[in-house]
Parts: sequence; structure tokens; C-alpha cells
Amino acid sequence: MHIVVCVKQVPDTKIIKINPKTNTLDRRSAPAILNPYDAHAVQEAVKIKEKTGGTISVLSMGPPQATAVIKKSVEIGADQGYLISDRAFAGADTLATSYALSKALERISKELPIDMIICGKHAIDGDTGQVGPGIARRLDIPPVTNVIEVTEVNEREKTVLIQRKLTNGYELVQSEMPCLLTVEKEINDIKYSPMPNMISAARYEPIIWAVDDLENVDRSQLGLKGSPTVVGKMFTPPRPEGGKKLDGSADEQVGQLMDILMEKKDLFTLQSTK
Amino acid sequence: MDFQDYKGVWVFIEQKDGAVASVSLELLGAGRKLADKRGVELAGILIGENVKHLTNTVFEYGADTVYVYDQPIFKHYRTESYMKALLECSDKHKPEIILFGATSTGKDLASAVATDLPTGLTADTTELDVEEETGLLLASRPAFGGNIMATILCKKYRPQMATVRSKVMKALPPQLGRTGKIVEETIALKEEDIRTKVLEIVKATVKKVRIDEADIIVAGGKGLGSYEGFQLIHQLAETLGGAVGASRDVVEAGWIDHAHQVGQTGVTVTPKIYFAIGISGAIQHIVGMKNSGLIIAINKDKEAPIFQNCHYGIVGDAFEIVPILIEQFKQALSKEKVTNTSG
Ligand SMILES: Cc1cc2nc3c(=O)[nH]c(=O)nc-3n(C[C@H](O)[C@H](O)[C@H](O)COP(=O)(O)OP(=O)(O)OC[C@H]3O[C@@H](n4cnc5c(N)ncnc54)[C@H](O)[C@@H]3O)c2cc1C
Ligand SMILES: Cc1cc2nc3c(=O)[nH]c(=O)nc-3n(C[C@H](O)[C@H](O)[C@H](O)COP(=O)(O)OP(=O)(O)OC[C@H]3O[C@@H](n4cnc5c(N)ncnc54)[C@H](O)[C@@H]3O)c2cc1C
Repeated sequence: MHIVVCVKQVPDTKIIKINPKTNTLDRRSAPAILNPYDAHAVQEAVKIKEKTGGTISVLSMGPPQATAVIKKSVEIGADQGYLISDRAFAGADTLATSYALSKALERISKELPIDMIICGKHAIDGDTGQVGPGIARRLDIPPVTNVIEVTEVNEREKTVLIQRKLTNGYELVQSEMPCLLTVEKEINDIKYSPMPNMISAARYEPIIWAVDDLENVDRSQLGLKGSPTVVGKMFTPPRPEGGKKLDGSADEQVGQLMDILMEKKDLFTLQSTK
Repeated sequence: MDFQDYKGVWVFIEQKDGAVASVSLELLGAGRKLADKRGVELAGILIGENVKHLTNTVFEYGADTVYVYDQPIFKHYRTESYMKALLECSDKHKPEIILFGATSTGKDLASAVATDLPTGLTADTTELDVEEETGLLLASRPAFGGNIMATILCKKYRPQMATVRSKVMKALPPQLGRTGKIVEETIALKEEDIRTKVLEIVKATVKKVRIDEADIIVAGGKGLGSYEGFQLIHQLAETLGGAVGASRDVVEAGWIDHAHQVGQTGVTVTPKIYFAIGISGAIQHIVGMKNSGLIIAINKDKEAPIFQNCHYGIVGDAFEIVPILIEQFKQALSKEKVTNTSG
């Protein structure tokens, strides 16, 4: 069993702060982290490997510093990691991103055939969730998105049984392997990494490839050039007219608010007459 | 690629359990505006099994044409089968724009279709417009982390595609009896060609919190200070008979479950009354609630951006204001009861 997990380095948007005066984001305020969904993706690969054995590889596209998320993945339990890093990849939208990653996946599968690819449901910065299904199409393997449980992996039959989240429940899906899954956070809990993993992660040197290390690459499909979407204008959203501030003492303010609420009392009477 | 060949605005009609998803009706409303501005047709594309009767609804909500794929192979949504139908239909009829709900189905399908076409796909759009002359779709979405919106364009490819958040666009009032052209399509697709099977659909047993259906939402933010402080929000919600909402920071702090999160990475809500208490009003929160009927903000910082996004604001300490509100409300309710029973 060979599982490849795609992992992205993202700014920690939880910490990132916005400068209210300039409406820009203070990038220095946010450390770069492993996309939280991808941590769950690696963890899930570890869970599967505990049953089936095999190899877990991770793949990332990004600047040289992105090796950090590969090391982090090794800490969680990945065996090896690849970083594709090249100026030619810069400025990619999701279409160009899935193209570049699929070319790297083709090379990885030549070294060791891939049975399953796992991605996060989305990355917390770009936040599109489009890269996973895009990779699946490029490699022509079935995608199963929003996975909340990998119920069974049948290596002999080359099938996998999956729970896919729906708005009010889930569906049980059987897919042929190789396939691509995108996982929700609730799929597992991230475990504390065992000490030996920490040690191997600290020593681990990811394999780094440039465009020239990949085969049959059509450069016009990479990076900014290969991206059909472009970011047009950026603007501060039109805000609704500023609200009317109620005034007076706390009691007076609430009194005014009550008058406003009571105009809508049909909404409440149901409750009150119960 | 000759852009002249691409005409019309399409909406992917998502359906489940014999009904059209509300997001698709909203998109028909939004799509109607784009189509009218461009002077072109609005079409729905409906895929499923036993779904033909839904075309009426699609017409009533604004479509001129509906392309229908009604075959057993489409009983359950599966990326591969639905994608093939959509690709074939798009190749044949060449729309200029295709819109999808940003639901798990819509996002899954749109991502696959965009890759094969290939074309650009804007994710989680919250504003849509079109250039009258060129047909260029202006799809705007909140830009990551910033207090800004970014308009994403796809200049060199057709069709242009976008997924659109639910509850952001407005459905038109349905015109009963409005009809249009039905184009029935079939695709030669065998079950063996599809590599996934849906074995079973399980409705969740746990009662899911659906704050997006509530008429009244009382949402609390980090300003409540602690898990204990946040209980005040529950109290007010209970008094008013509303649902509890929260900012992301509150969810991250573990005071409440993610199902209650309002905003860009939570739920979009449009209740009749929305209370934002101890919430600063970051854009990612605002995009999730700005279309609420009546927005009331309570915050102790008079400069908080939330005051720019509310109808009425109270500058004050939640722990002082909210208990008074609960008290006065209870009194008002008991008076109501008295008048109701005596009258
Ligand atoms: C403001 C803004 C708006 C944007 N809007 C759009 C848009 O509407 N449409 C569009 O096509 N692009 C858009 N982009 C570009 C998009 O963010 C990039 O293409 C990005 O490289 C991948 O998209 P994502 O972060 O949304 O990934 P997602 O699709 O959300 O990521 C899903 C999963 O794919 C895998 N993955 C994603 N990126 C990588 C990577 N670099 N290395 C390894 N694995 C990865 C991970 O497993 C991840 O969990 C936008 C960018 C910005 C800054
Ligand atoms: C990619 C991305 C996606 C995001 N998605 C979401 C999302 O979906 N939803 C969301 O909400 N956020 C989201 N955020 C986070 C958002 O940017 C803000 O950080 C968050 O909304 C702030 O939460 P808050 O208002 O509760 O906290 P704070 O910003 O800390 O505000 C607390 C407020 O409480 C007030 N206050 C303090 N004490 C009191 C008191 N005693 N009485 C009254 N008022 C008091 C303060 O004046 C302050 O205005 C996202 C961010 C990013 C980068």
C-alpha cells in the first residue's frame, strides 16, 4: 500500500491580524504551519498503514521553506516527502496547482505505484477546496470528497469503503483504488507524535524537485501563465450604513431596544404562548 | 477559442429527495440578472433520476431553458457520472457562464468539470456581476485573511465558472405557471464506467444544529471572555427562542461547537433578527450575517467595526446590558401573555 498525502504550507490564519487602518494583513503576525486539514490527512494515512503496512509519502508545492511541513508530516508518521519548488510554479491558481502536483505524482508513482492520494478538504488560506478533485481528474482516478471515515481498505480487491459527509448525514461509498480522498477534520484526532518520529523528523531531508526533474511537463500550464483565473481588483466591501447607536443609561438603551424588538413581536409570541 | 460561440448563463440545479436545493433557486435569481444584463438566456441543468417534474420549479424561479438528464445512473450524486453529463452538455451548447452552489456537491462537481474543460473556477463567491459588453464574469470573494474582497476574473477561457455561497444571493419570487423550453438529453454511460458506488445513505441520528434555519440568532464573540461568560448568550437565546451563533474565535476557544460558527468558514445565516454580542465584526464574520433582517450589536468598544454593519448598536458591557435585556424581555412576554389570555 502506497499512500501519498498532499500537504500545503499556510499562514496560521487564526493568529494573523488585520490592520484595521490599512485593511491589510500583517503577515509577520502569522507563522507558517501545516494546513490543519492536511495534518488530519497524514494522520489518516498513518491509521490506514497501521492496518495494511506500506509506505506513506507526502508531497508539497511551495517555496524552499515549505520543507518544514514535510518534516512535520514525518513527525506525524509519514515515511518520506517530496517538495516541488521552482519559480515556474509561482502564482498558480487551483488549475495550475493541480497540474503541477499531478506531474510530481506521476513521477512518484513511477518509483512506487500509488494506491491512494489523500488531500485536506481545503487549505485555510486559499480556501477553495478545488485542488484535490483537480488532481483526481488529471490522474483520471475517482475523487471522493468530504470523507469522515475510511471504513475498510481491501487491498486484494483494490477497493475502499468510505463515509462521505452530507448536509444531514453521510453516504457510504465504495471506490476502486487508486482513488483520491479529501478529508474533513472530524475524520480523526491528531495524536501526539511518538519520540522516535520527532527524532527522524528532525533529521529528515525532503527530496526537492524543480520543474526539470519532472517529465512531460507543458510549461505553459504552470504557475501564473497556466492559471485561467486572475485576481482583478481588491476592494473593501461596501458596508451597510453605519448603525444607529442607542443612547442613555444601560436601562434606557435596553428600553429603546425593547421597543424595536416589540415591533417584531410576532416572532416571539409563538414562544411566549407555549 | 472563439468567445462568440459561448452564450447564455447556466445554473447547476442541485436536487435531493425530490426537491430543488434552495441554493439553486437563489442562483437562478442571481443568474437571471446576469442573463438579462447580457441579453441572453438563463438555463438550468438538471441531472438525476426521476427529476423531470422539477423543471416546473426551475422555470418558476426564472430559467428560460432546462437541460435534463434523467437516467438511473444519476440516482446518486457521483463525481464521475455527473461530471460526464455536464461536460457533454457544455461541449454541445457552450454556455458563457456556469454557476454552482458552493455546497459539497457543487464544489466537488465544479472542481472536476473545470479541470477537464479546462477553465477557471472562482470559489465561494459572495458577489456576482457581469460586464455587459464582454460577458466577463466578475466574481468576488472575501480574500484570505484580509479585510478585503477580491474580484476573480477568467479572461481567456470559456465557459467561466463559479461556486456561490448559499444564502447570499436572493431567489426571485416564483411566478406560478411560468414555463420554458425543456431539452432532454441522454448520455451513453454504463454503470461499469463509474468507479464509485453509493451503497447507502445514512441520515444522521444526532440532531444537527441548523442555525441557518433560525429566525432569531443570538451570536456571541470573544468579548464574552470565557466559556462561563458565554453562557449568557445561551440564556438570551433561550429567552428569545432563538438559536446560538458564534464567531470563529469562540469556536476555536472551544466554548461551542463549529456548527454554530457564523461566517466565511462557518455558516451563512439570514435570520430576521441577529444579535452580535462581544463580536468585533471582522469581514469574515460579516459576510456570514450581513443579510440578516435586523442586526443588533452590543459591544463595549464604540469603534468596533460591527457598529458599521448593524442596524442598531449599544455601546456597553454585555454583562451589564444582556441581563437587563433578559429581564425586560421576560416582563414584556408575561404582559403579552396576560393580554393574550384576557383578550
Ligand atoms: C485571495 C485569493 C483568492 C483566490 N481565489 C481563487 C479562486 O477563486 N480560484 C482559483 O482557482 N484559485 C484561487 N486562488 C489561488 C489558490 O489559492 C491557489 O491556487 C492555491 O495554490 C491552491 O488553492 P487552495 O489554497 O484553495 O487549496 P485547496 O484546494 O483549498 O486545498 C485542498 C488540498 O489540496 C492540497 N494542496 C493545495 N495546495 C497544495 C500545495 N501547494 N501543495 C500540496 N498540496 C496542496 C492539500 O491537500 C489541501 O488540503 C486564490 C488565491 C488568493 C490569494
Ligand atoms: C480565512 C479566515 C476565515 C475566517 N472565518 C471566520 C468565520 O467564519 N467566522 C468568524 O466569526 N470569524 C472568522 N475569521 C476570524 C475573524 O477574522 C476574526 O478573528 C473573528 O471573527 C473575531 O472574533 P470575535 O469578534 O469574537 O473576537 P475579537 O475580534 O477578539 O472581538 C471581541 C470583541 O468583544 C468586545 N468586548 C470585549 N469585552 C466585552 C464586553 N464585556 N461586552 C461587550 N463587548 C465586549 C471587544 O470590544 C471586541 O470588539 C476568519 C479569519 C480568517 C483569516
